[in-house]
Amino acid sequence: MAQTVIIPTPLRKFTNEIETVEVEGATVGEIFGQLESRFPGIRARLCEEGGELRRFINVYVDGEDIRFLDRLDTAVGEKAEISIVPAIAGGSE
Amino acid sequence: MSNTRSYIKGLKCRECGHPYPVAPVAICEECFGPLEVDYDYDAIKETLTRDTIAARPKTMWRYRELLPIEGEPAVGVQTGCTPLVRAERLAKALGVRELYIKNDAVSHPSLSFKDRVVAVALSKAREFNFEAVGCASTGNLANSVAANAAASGFPAYILIPDNLEKSKVIGTQVFGANLIPVRGNYDDVNRLCSEIAGRYRIAFVNVNLRPFYGEGSKTFGYEIAEQLGWRTPDAVVVPMAGGSLITKIHKGFSELARLGLVEAAETRFYGAQATGCNPIAAAVKAGTRDIRPVKPNTIAKSLAIGNPADGYFATGVIASSGGWSEDVSDAEIVAAIRLLAEAEGIFAETAGGTTLAVTQKLIAQGRIKADDRVVVAITGNGLKTQEVLALEDLKSIEPKLSAFEALVGATQIAAAGS
Repeated sequence: MAQTVIIPTPLRKFTNEIETVEVEGATVGEIFGQLESRFPGIRARLCEEGGELRRFINVYVDGEDIRFLDRLDTAVGEKAEISIVPAIAGGSE
Repeated sequence: MSNTRSYIKGLKCRECGHPYPVAPVAICEECFGPLEVDYDYDAIKETLTRDTIAARPKTMWRYRELLPIEGEPAVGVQTGCTPLVRAERLAKALGVRELYIKNDAVSHPSLSFKDRVVAVALSKAREFNFEAVGCASTGNLANSVAANAAASGFPAYILIPDNLEKSKVIGTQVFGANLIPVRGNYDDVNRLCSEIAGRYRIAFVNVNLRPFYGEGSKTFGYEIAEQLGWRTPDAVVVPMAGGSLITKIHKGFSELARLGLVEAAETRFYGAQATGCNPIAAAVKAGTRDIRPVKPNTIAKSLAIGNPADGYFATGVIASSGGWSEDVSDAEIVAAIRLLAEAEGIFAETAGGTTLAVTQKLIAQGRIKADDRVVVAITGNGLKTQEVLALEDLKSIEPKLSAFEALVGATQIAAAGS
């Protein structure tokens, strides 16, 4: 079982410019832990010191915003696609 | 305008203040906060006076020093300076003394305020030597990017939710853009655009050009102040989707005060949403700045952004200015569209109906007072969202005077004609 994480441009300096990373984990939190062990420093960009997801980051599991699910405890199925997307766009009144 | 010097010092993170050079980037690498343009206000103050502005053409570029381009504008040169209408009949209906409609329903070239942001973004795309442009859109932005890209020779990639109003689809397709409906809502479309922008060199106006793009909205505020005789209103009511416009009008007023072009800006900012998509209004009412995303379900599709990127800043502006936020039902939106049309002869889209209906609610609540000078922001044209109006069926008559009189009634005609 493996999942794919799509790394946004501002974080690719941690991943040697790799766009997608294969990981294995049962929850988003576990997957962040794996990213951290492979790319040290990346988790601090994703989460506050207390462990909560940073305000300007959205994380989606197969297109579903984890703020609608169980946040970092959100379960991640086999072959799921995890997107990390900075909350930059919007504003289309 | 012969003034082509740049007044931009660089970009900086709105959250942590980290500085960046001017480039097509939108996010702080340190904290993911949004980047914003850092201007040299001291230099601007030496150049930009009421007189220099008054001597320039009636377009949004009369405030060029406060816009983030280096040279002359390349796109949307004629955009801006829409009417500020003193709405006396509507004021009477609402029970306020001084009411104005800032009417971007007649914006050039695509009939929404998005022409302002696109003019800046595509001018900037040209400066950055991009060869293609694009956007994620709920419709109005799609129309504007497509129109302005056609006029300036950019190929455009425009991604929209696949449930948009037909008139917004046609109003994009007609310009020859690559129009791509996506199975999902705006937030899904937006996420996809961020990922495309991460891989291909396309100037997505509201993704990688966002720090520049958003600045165009300030001109909506500059124009209101100038049209009021260099005064800011007591209250302004603004529709909120991503929450950017309300923060940019606030920034515009604050900059004018900083430059001494208006007295201290003490406007109260009121944000309008539809009840079917009210994450910002809900946060304001709950007394928090933090946004809980929602799944949109409203006829006001141009406001249907469930996870508003600037929501955190919009709630900040509303709270610190002493304003408020409300939301209204689809039925109230439609009723307000008709009220504005019948009282002032202005046909606004659903976002405009939302804004006016919220204005009525705020007056009823006593938050906007009878002696306030009030501006209502109308940002898009009703011809784009005609589908929401179910008007009465019309009866046709024979081409005979007697048939006309039988239908309308001779007494009514006599009364109207006297």
